[in-house]
Amino acid sequence: MSATRAVVPPRARSTAESPRRAPTPRGGTLLRHLAVVLVAGLLLLGLSYAVEPFRNFQLATVAAYLCATAGLTVLTGLNGQLSLGHGALMATGAYTLALTQNAFADAGLTGGWLLPVSLAGALLVTLAVGAVVGVAAARLRGPYLAGVTLAVAVVVPALAVTFDGVLNGEQGLSVPVEPPPLALGAYFPYERWQLWIAAGTTLLVLLLLANLVRSRYGRTFRAVRDDEVAARLAGIHVARTQVLAFVVSAGTAGLGGALLAVLAQSVSPGAFSLTLSLFLLMAVVIGGLGRLAGAVWGAVLLVALPDLSHALTELLALSPAAAQRLEGNLPLAIFGITLVVVMIAAPGGVQGLLTRLGRALLARRSRRRS
Amino acid sequence: MDRFVFLTLDGLSRGAVYAAFALALVLIWRAARVVNFAQGAMAVAAAYVAYSVSAATGSYWLGFLAALAAGLLLGAVVDRVVMRHVDHASPLNPVIVALGLVLLIQAVLGMVYGSEFRPAPAPFSRSALTVGGLALLSPYDLFVFATVGVVVGALAWVFARTAVGLRMRAAAFAPEVSRLLGVNVGGMLTLGWALASSVGALAAMLVIPTELGLHPHAMDLVFVSAFTAAVVGGLDSPPGAVVGGLVVGLLLSYVSGYAGSDLTPLAVLVLLLAVLLVRPGGLFATVAARRV
Repeated sequence: MSATRAVVPPRARSTAESPRRAPTPRGGTLLRHLAVVLVAGLLLLGLSYAVEPFRNFQLATVAAYLCATAGLTVLTGLNGQLSLGHGALMATGAYTLALTQNAFADAGLTGGWLLPVSLAGALLVTLAVGAVVGVAAARLRGPYLAGVTLAVAVVVPALAVTFDGVLNGEQGLSVPVEPPPLALGAYFPYERWQLWIAAGTTLLVLLLLANLVRSRYGRTFRAVRDDEVAARLAGIHVARTQVLAFVVSAGTAGLGGALLAVLAQSVSPGAFSLTLSLFLLMAVVIGGLGRLAGAVWGAVLLVALPDLSHALTELLALSPAAAQRLEGNLPLAIFGITLVVVMIAAPGGVQGLLTRLGRALLARRSRRRS
Repeated sequence: MDRFVFLTLDGLSRGAVYAAFALALVLIWRAARVVNFAQGAMAVAAAYVAYSVSAATGSYWLGFLAALAAGLLLGAVVDRVVMRHVDHASPLNPVIVALGLVLLIQAVLGMVYGSEFRPAPAPFSRSALTVGGLALLSPYDLFVFATVGVVVGALAWVFARTAVGLRMRAAAFAPEVSRLLGVNVGGMLTLGWALASSVGALAAMLVIPTELGLHPHAMDLVFVSAFTAAVVGGLDSPPGAVVGGLVVGLLLSYVSGYAGSDLTPLAVLVLLLAVLLVRPGGLFATVAARRV
C-alpha cells in the first residue's frame, strides 16, 4: 500500500503555499511528474508479484477509487465546487462500460483492444453527462449546488430500475472481461491482471491531472475558488472554468466507475448508492482537500477501513446477527465521526497534518544545524 | 376525473408533509444560514425512538410525543456539540459536516436496529372515505392536514406574536445588535435548531407510515423532495416552503399516477433543476443582489 502513496508528485502538494521556491520551468514539471509516475508504476509492478492475489485485488480497488477521488479533489479542493453526485457519475461510467462490453460480446468480437475502447467510451459518455451537470452547476453556489448534486446521487441509481429493459433493474448487468493475454503465461493470476489494468489507467489519469493542476488551468481553478470577482477582473471566464473543472472531474469519476465495473465484473444500482457519493467526498476531505496526495489517502481509507472493521468485529466475538450489523455499519460510523472531527479540528486532512509535521521537523533540523 | 380528484387530494396530503419538512429546513436556514443536510437522518432517528417507545408501552401516541421530544433534543445537541464549532467561512464546511452526521446517524441506527424495514403503523385508517362513489381523503390524510396545519399556525404565532419568537428573529437578523440589547443569541440559535429538528421529526412520523416502513434510509428521497420544495418556495420564505411543499406533493402525485411511480425521483430532479436555473431565488424571492 505504501507504494501507491508515491504516485503523487511531491510538488503538487505544496502548490501555492511555498513562495520561497522559485517557479520551475514547464518542462521540468512534466519531467518530474513523468518520473514519479514511472517510479510508482515500477513499484506497483514489483508489488503485484510480491503480494497475494487478494491484496492485488484490493490495490486495484484502491486504484479505481483513486481515479474518482483525484477528480473530486480537483473539483472540490481546487475549484471550490461541492459535488455529492460523483457516485452517480461513477455509475454512468460503469453502466456505459457494461453496455459496450456486452455489445462487443454479443457481436462475437474478441481481442485485447476491446477493453480500452470500452473505457474510452465510458470516459466520453461521462464527460458529456458531466458537461450537462456542470453547466447547471456553474450557475449554482454553496448549498444549492450541494442539493442538486445530492438529488443527482439519489435519482440516477433509481434510473436503473426505471429503464430496467436495458439496465436490468436492481439485478444490474454482468460485465464480460477478457482473461489476461496468453503471452503472460497460462497461470497468470487474474487479480494481478486487474491490478495492471486499474493501476495503469489511474497512473495515466494522475499524470494528466497533476499536469493540469500545475498548468494555467489549475491556476484559474484556484483563482475562481478563492475569489470569483477578482478572477473575473483578471480576465478569467468564471463559468467556463467551473464547467471545465466539472467536466474533467466527471470524466475521471466515470473512468473510476468503469474500472470498478471491470474489477467486480458486474454493475448494479446498489453499488452506486448515495452512500458511495458521501464516501468519496469524505475520502477527499479526510485525505486533505486540494491536494492530490490527499486523494490517495482517501482512496486507501475507502478500501482499508471496511477491512479493518471486519477484523475488529471478528475480535469481538458477537452473535452472528449482531456481528453482521456491526460490520456493515462500523465503517460508516467511523467515516462519519472522522469527517466531523477532521472538519472541526484539522481542515487540512491527513495530508495537511503530514505537511505540517514535515515542515516542523525540517525547521527543527535547520535550527539545530545553525 | 375521479382519478384526477383522487390524485390531487393524495398529492396535497403528501405535499403537507413535504411542507412541514421544508419548513424545518427554512427555519434552520433563516437562523444559521446552514442547509441542514442531516435533517432527514435526524428525523429518522427520532422516528426510531418513537418505534422503541411504542413497542415498549404499546401506545402510538406516547411514541409520537417521544419522537417530538427526541427531535428537540437531537437538534439542540447537534447545534451545541457540532455545528457551533464549524468554521462557517466557506459555505462548504457546514454542508460537509452535516453529511458526516448523516453517515454517523445512519450507521448508529443500522447497528442498533439493523437495516431491515420495520413496520410503522398509522394511528388512523388509511383507506379512503368515499362520498357518492368518489374516493376522497382517508382519516389519516385528515390527521396529516390537521397536524401540519396546527404546526404551521403555531410557528407563525410564535414568530409573529411572542417575545421568544421576536428574539429569535432578531438574533438571526442582526446578531451583534441583538447581543448588545441583551438577547441570548447562542441560546436562540440552539432553540431554532431544536424547533426545526422537532418539526422534521414530526414530518418523518407522518410520512413513514405511508411508505415502505422504518429504515435508516427512509427519509433520503423525502429529504430531496423537501429540499426541492424549500427551493421552489425560496429558502428564506416560510410561506414559500408551505406552498412549495404542496406543489411538489401534487407534481409527484400526478407523475406517479399518470406516468408511473418509477419516474417520481426523476421528476423531482427535473423540477429542482428547472427552478434553480430559471428562478434561483425561488418563486417567492424578493429581488436581492447576490453577496460575494
